[in-house]
Amino acid sequence: MFIVKSPVEQTIELENNILVIKVHSPEISSEIKPGQFLNVRVSETYSPLLRRPFSVCDVEGDFIFLMFNVLGEGTKILAQKRKGETIDLLGPLGHGFNLDDDYQTAVIVAGGLGAAPFPYFVKKIPNDKRIISFVGGKTNNEVITYGLKNILISTDDGSLGFKGTVIDLLNENLEILNKGKIKIFSCGPNAMLKAIKEFSIKNNFECEVSIESAMACGFGICQGCPVESTSNKEKYSLVCKDGPVFNVRDIVL
Amino acid sequence: MSKIDLSVTIGSLKLRNPVLLASGTVGYGNEMSEFIDLNKIGGIVTKSLSLKPRKGNPPQRIVETPAGMLNAIGLANVGVEVFLIEKIPFLKNYDVPLICNIAASSIEEYVECTKILTCEDTIKAFEINVSCPNVKEGGLQFGNDIHAVGKITEKVKACTNKPVIIKLSPNVSYISEFAKVVKEEGGDAVSAINTLVGTSFNIFTKRPKLHNVTGGLSGPAIKPVALAKVLEIKRLVDIPIIGIGGIMNWKDVVEFMIAGSSAIQIGTANFINPNSADEIIKDLENYCTSYSIEKISELTGSYKI
Repeated sequence: MFIVKSPVEQTIELENNILVIKVHSPEISSEIKPGQFLNVRVSETYSPLLRRPFSVCDVEGDFIFLMFNVLGEGTKILAQKRKGETIDLLGPLGHGFNLDDDYQTAVIVAGGLGAAPFPYFVKKIPNDKRIISFVGGKTNNEVITYGLKNILISTDDGSLGFKGTVIDLLNENLEILNKGKIKIFSCGPNAMLKAIKEFSIKNNFECEVSIESAMACGFGICQGCPVESTSNKEKYSLVCKDGPVFNVRDIVL
Repeated sequence: MSKIDLSVTIGSLKLRNPVLLASGTVGYGNEMSEFIDLNKIGGIVTKSLSLKPRKGNPPQRIVETPAGMLNAIGLANVGVEVFLIEKIPFLKNYDVPLICNIAASSIEEYVECTKILTCEDTIKAFEINVSCPNVKEGGLQFGNDIHAVGKITEKVKACTNKPVIIKLSPNVSYISEFAKVVKEEGGDAVSAINTLVGTSFNIFTKRPKLHNVTGGLSGPAIKPVALAKVLEIKRLVDIPIIGIGGIMNWKDVVEFMIAGSSAIQIGTANFINPNSADEIIKDLENYCTSYSIEKISELTGSYKI
């Protein structure tokens, strides 16, 4: 783990107000794995005071990429960073996705900004495995396909792709999913993850989810990010240390 | 540089410098050791320990507020037995004074925890949490009840020879009254302050952001309140004070010492920069050199009012 002040190289604007910031950080880029995250401090002032967790979106040589949209004060400051200005990164943190398990096809299921960790995931997946990406959003404005491969899209209002939820879209494609051994990798809003859990259990699919939580430190001391574990009722798991990627069967969503 | 004496004393507890890491912001040391050399800091105060493990409150436990944060962790901890077996061995690798923070829901539980922990040599002192705002039983009620604080001090002192520090609640009218009772009952020092009770709502759902509804406010937002409480105690009671509340840098430390603190604790800052204590200690040494302060303890209570 490192705490490094890393210079911004470039900010890329995707469609729909989604930004991807490219940062020069050889310390982090050489260590970070898909699904791990960084706790980011955008300013030395007390506004915002705390760091904010960002999953690593992509890695290219000495550069890392973070995906975000402007929601609060912190992301506003981040969006305005110019080339050469620094951001303070703490990481890599947490456990990422297990890419090397025994499966033939990685099924990515991403909702909205939940697409953030997958460009790097796509890059790191072993060559002998296939990828299918299911991408959902309420409307076409929420569909993010940056860095994904073999994409199927759903929107709740039908403004883009299949009309319905991403779970409906998965159900439509059950026949494809049942060919060979698949593993689902998912990130998105909690309601979607709940539905993914149900879907995975019902169809007996392996599934890992990356979950979000409010947190202060990101490395286990503040105890601010509990998630109920299915195996131990006496103790919470922590999203920052035990996650953010969990086997979907290990946590209560 | 090397001539500067940064050491301070809290009763019989001698610390190499006045910078401690506050309970609940350092875990049991192992996570922090990835970022900071624990051998350099004045001491660490453990996460509150209770007799049995505590699961803590359901999420959401943390909310950021202007220049601060609310937490309602609910004293999640491993319990004294697991602490002794699993956490102490790691801390034995370091030469850093360990202060054990104890939280309980009855006077008997405080006593029992102290009895179990006191024979462990690695533990150099106890900090008694009578003021956690986030658990239903005990906690704040004790912190608000001057007789209970006196009783806890007396009973805990009776079962240990180690210094006993009482961590006081700021959610009272006159904190000095509590400090006075601590002194009368033989307490060695007070820590001031614990967090202030606060809350925050989601304006769209009209629901509180914290599952526990209220939480403890910490961070730079509370520094002026904490300083005023430290000053009140210093002026009215002759007892060593460990200042806490929103300390982010060396200037904040100096301010707390001027107001009357013998030592200080870094809390919320550890979440943002887990190496901040080390940086602060270096900055304090530079400050002392620049202003020809030979002993940092000279600063304690040096206010001119």
